[in-house]
Amino acid sequence: LLQAKYKERGTVLAEDQLAQMSKQLDMFKTNLEEFASKHKQEIRKNPEFRVQFQDMCATIGVDPLASGKGFWSEMLGVGDFYYELGVQIIEVCLALKHRNGGLITLEELHQQVLKGRGKFAQDVSQDDLLRAIRKLKVLGNGFGIIPVGGTYLIQSVPAELNMDHTVVLQLAEKKGYVTVSEIRSSLKWETERAKQVLEHLLKEGMAWLDTQAAGEPQYWLPALFTELYSQEITPEEAKEAIP
Amino acid sequence: VKFDSGVLLLSTHRLIWRDQKNHECCIAIPLSQVVFIEEQAAGIGKSAKIVVHLHPASSNKEPGPFQSSKYSYIKLSFKEHGQIEFYRRLSEEITQRRWENIPTGQTIQVNKDPQAGRIRAVGIVGIERKLEEKRKETDKNISEAFEDLSKLMEKAKEMVELSKSIANKIKEKQGDITEDETIRFKSYLLSMGIANPVTRETYGSGTHYHMQLAKQLAGILQTPLEERGGIMSLTEVYCLVNRARGLELLSPEDLVNACKMLESLKLPLRLRIFDSGVMVIELQSHNEEEMVASALETVSEKGSLTADEFAKLVGMSVLLAKERLLLAEKMGHLCRDDSVEGLRFYPNLFLTQS
Repeated sequence: LLQAKYKERGTVLAEDQLAQMSKQLDMFKTNLEEFASKHKQEIRKNPEFRVQFQDMCATIGVDPLASGKGFWSEMLGVGDFYYELGVQIIEVCLALKHRNGGLITLEELHQQVLKGRGKFAQDVSQDDLLRAIRKLKVLGNGFGIIPVGGTYLIQSVPAELNMDHTVVLQLAEKKGYVTVSEIRSSLKWETERAKQVLEHLLKEGMAWLDTQAAGEPQYWLPALFTELYSQEITPEEAKEAIP
Repeated sequence: VKFDSGVLLLSTHRLIWRDQKNHECCIAIPLSQVVFIEEQAAGIGKSAKIVVHLHPASSNKEPGPFQSSKYSYIKLSFKEHGQIEFYRRLSEEITQRRWENIPTGQTIQVNKDPQAGRIRAVGIVGIERKLEEKRKETDKNISEAFEDLSKLMEKAKEMVELSKSIANKIKEKQGDITEDETIRFKSYLLSMGIANPVTRETYGSGTHYHMQLAKQLAGILQTPLEERGGIMSLTEVYCLVNRARGLELLSPEDLVNACKMLESLKLPLRLRIFDSGVMVIELQSHNEEEMVASALETVSEKGSLTADEFAKLVGMSVLLAKERLLLAEKMGHLCRDDSVEGLRFYPNLFLTQS
């Protein structure tokens, strides 16, 4: 009987706390509404403020972008901004995949997304793109962010890229291409290892082979050289992109 | 004065503008001439701008597009975006002042020269003062926003602590808490954006919101799925659904959590995850294994096919085409030829001809 009483008490305590949380939640909602009415524009217009906001949320263990149904999304409108950006990122990556094998620099992605958004849409920063991409990972399509030489390569296909592949991509970033000798001298790998990595990239369509280069064959990354020429997305490619 | 439709370039020494149509036309300003820059946000009918305030021209300045100007600044208008990044980079260059360290060597001849003018010194001082005031005002707005944000975050932090405490109680009680209460708790976590501390997995799964969403999706996706052979990747679904909504979009996590509930709610769609991690939605009536049989026929007819070729033939996305071929391989019907020319699939003759 005593045990039953203790158990009951325990359940009551949890219930109490739930009720308390419910009340606090309502209060928080009001505070957030007040904040939104004063500063919603700031978040919309100021990318630095967005960064600060996101960082503060992360510090306390809150993800404002987790759900469209969350308070943050509903009241500050941050959700729609990033989720729509997600759609635009997916479309650009799909359209260009056949050119670059599913790897694209953050710069080029940024440019193409801005073009697609049109003149009257709100400007977006590279930080915004990165945050949207991190959310897209959960869809299982292989979205990934690879740091290379001060910027990032964005992966949008479910190809397996391990540390070896990543480090070769980073090496190739400087000139847009890499050779077996360069890998051997910079990374101190054996030829076999270098060749395996390069072949994998070739198979995935992320690298192209130039056998006519002076000296030895050069492995070029289309993701890197298209940035220099920045071609428009053709209508055929755009059709590919929209499901 | 208008210089329209051009490309703006930034170097460590200069700001250069080149006409897109007439490549001969090119004007530049040394960064050393810049006093201060400020942003002007876009508005309705107006594009975002950067205003560049300049020193008076030196007397030995070479001729430029204009002899003089009554203004001491130029405005760069970003009609097709890019303002945010450009402002950031330009600020960096002006702060770093690298032109002072790096000699320009040969002064490169440009066709036209920096645009500036004779300005009264008084004008500049007045302008600088006004800008300073405006900057202080903006700073005050931002700092007020940050202050309010910090206070808000304090309150949010309390909520996080409380939820942790509740989660611990739930863990200890294990089954003494009713299902209703668990669902309530999960929906609170969802509202706040707090990960479920109990299961550690994607919180929010199992809330009423996701259940409703799952039912909605079943309705929305029926026809599109039928049009696409009964199967769609989750990214396709994400784009389709959000494009249709326009507002109050779904987060990627919302979509995944709702889809996870499809099967348990006995809806006519289900979520399937391939070995590669690719996630798809299939009609219940869709049987991927049966599709493999027809895929085998197609491949046999052609001798061999890559994922790209198969996708074009059948009218599928390359992603799903590849998954189908991989599944066929897994089931033993196809085998692969993996070379640098690509991944090609052949009917598995080892099996049929043994």
